[in-house]
Amino acid sequence: MPDDARRGGGFFLPAATLWKRELVRFARDRHRLLGAILQPFVFWLLLGIGMSASFAPAGIAGTMSYLEYIFPGALLMVLLFTAIFSTISVVEDRREGFMQSVLVAPVSRSGVVIGKVMGGTTLAVLEGAVFLLFVFQLDVPVNPVSLAATVAFLFLVGLALTGLGFAIAWRMASTAGFHAIMNLFLLPMWALSGALFPLSGVPDWLGWLMRINPLTYGVAGVRHTLYLEAPELAGRVPSIEACLLVTCLFVLLTLGISLGVIRRREGVR
Amino acid sequence: MPPAIDIARLRHAYGNRSALDGIDLKIERGEVYGLLGPNGGGKTTLFRILSTLLIPSGGTVRILDLDLLRDAAEIRARIGVVFQHASLDLKLTVLENLRHQGHLYGLRGRALLERIEAILRCVGLTDRRNDRTEELSGGLRRRVDLARGLLHRPELLLFDEPSSGLDPLARRTLWEDLQSLREEQGVTVLLTTHFIEEAERCDRVGILDRGRLVAQGAPDALKRSMEQDVLVIEAEHTEALRAEIEAKASVTTTLVDGTVRIECDDGQAMMASLYAGFRERISAIRLGRPTLEDVFIRETGRPFETEEGRNAR
Repeated sequence: MPDDARRGGGFFLPAATLWKRELVRFARDRHRLLGAILQPFVFWLLLGIGMSASFAPAGIAGTMSYLEYIFPGALLMVLLFTAIFSTISVVEDRREGFMQSVLVAPVSRSGVVIGKVMGGTTLAVLEGAVFLLFVFQLDVPVNPVSLAATVAFLFLVGLALTGLGFAIAWRMASTAGFHAIMNLFLLPMWALSGALFPLSGVPDWLGWLMRINPLTYGVAGVRHTLYLEAPELAGRVPSIEACLLVTCLFVLLTLGISLGVIRRREGVR
Repeated sequence: MPPAIDIARLRHAYGNRSALDGIDLKIERGEVYGLLGPNGGGKTTLFRILSTLLIPSGGTVRILDLDLLRDAAEIRARIGVVFQHASLDLKLTVLENLRHQGHLYGLRGRALLERIEAILRCVGLTDRRNDRTEELSGGLRRRVDLARGLLHRPELLLFDEPSSGLDPLARRTLWEDLQSLREEQGVTVLLTTHFIEEAERCDRVGILDRGRLVAQGAPDALKRSMEQDVLVIEAEHTEALRAEIEAKASVTTTLVDGTVRIECDDGQAMMASLYAGFRERISAIRLGRPTLEDVFIRETGRPFETEEGRNAR
């Protein structure tokens, strides 16, 4: 027997191969490719144009259209949907048995989590970056630095959302259960993140819900990076430092929970 | 050399429901050992424990002289596991699946590719290497899955229900593959099955029923242990016929699956006298050499039934 096999795959090689598998599967599934971008795009366009005609949100610069206001939120929706799609694949992997052969291999459990979550995150950021191109249709003063900063921040949020999806999906026996979670938990979380309306002007109880919602700091962070050249347009949102700190904690928390779930539920450590 | 698998007083319970109730089992290196039993007999639980996916409630398990709970990582590197449902990614090609598998076991580069080519030759799938696995038939998928399980040259192969869902031809090919791979690599094989015919191909068989190992040994030895002949009678009114036979011939009979079953010393004589006495009421009478199914019936007092209906012999 080769020495390599006696040691087993360890962490990096299995994580890399799981990551690559996510990308290959994605490339072979055109529906996913379109679905994750098209739905937020339609949503953004209809809501943005429709609302612009009638309402002016409180506490944002007078010149900003509603279409522009909800752009960062729509960007996060792309991330959320891609993350959800890729974590649904966790349920399928477990149901169809693919994951069993991974779990009996000499692979560290953290390698499985990282490979799977990094795969989902990569796809989320790629789709987010494509959606980001619509920014040129808006009146946003972007430059390469602000775009790069935005993509970097999207990566952090993508990690957190995919990690969150993984932690939820690992316990699920069917994808039907996952849809319920999505409607009852993930979409409200997105709606209360400052994606649709700002914190200023909402009743206190709603304001507090928004303040403890980690995604609020994700949307605010994107506003900061997107308006790097014109900070006053980001509106009255949590500071960039707070956004970075909360989002990083969000990442650590969801990855930690994912690791805990897979370790607790999958046999001998 | 210590045994490939050494299990002592193994117990497992799901909540209050006991699934394994004190299993003692030793499997020597190089053996093909078949765990035969009906669904729900405890095969799956034992399989999941041996493949390191389930922590048992009690008892000790040593695999390749390593402790299951302490040395799981090394055990994983040295065993191969093929599950009942193929654990292949259907969207990937045969080659991609095997490459993925190799990476999980730390194999890479040229060494991995050479190994993949060798194992594809063994299972006769060289020309299908670039096909997506979703395009393959059930039998071919099973062979790819077997190749996957043996890719890293494990010393012990755990094989769950090898023939489940395969037609007879695919079954035979799979067994030919298994035999040639076994000869090539000298691998020990533990398989679970609910097919009598498959169990008969093993070097040794253990009959697992209701969480207990009720009998084990070489298939021939087990069958020889059935000292008596077995008569099986088909009739329209089996209950009544059975009562009359018992009264007249002073033998014990059992009703199994709508047939009357008689164990006796001299089957031929018994058959002749039954035929003479009950000719009009018997639709068919069969004198058979004992099978593993008869062993199962003797040990458990029940017919060997599975989800797929009565077992085809």
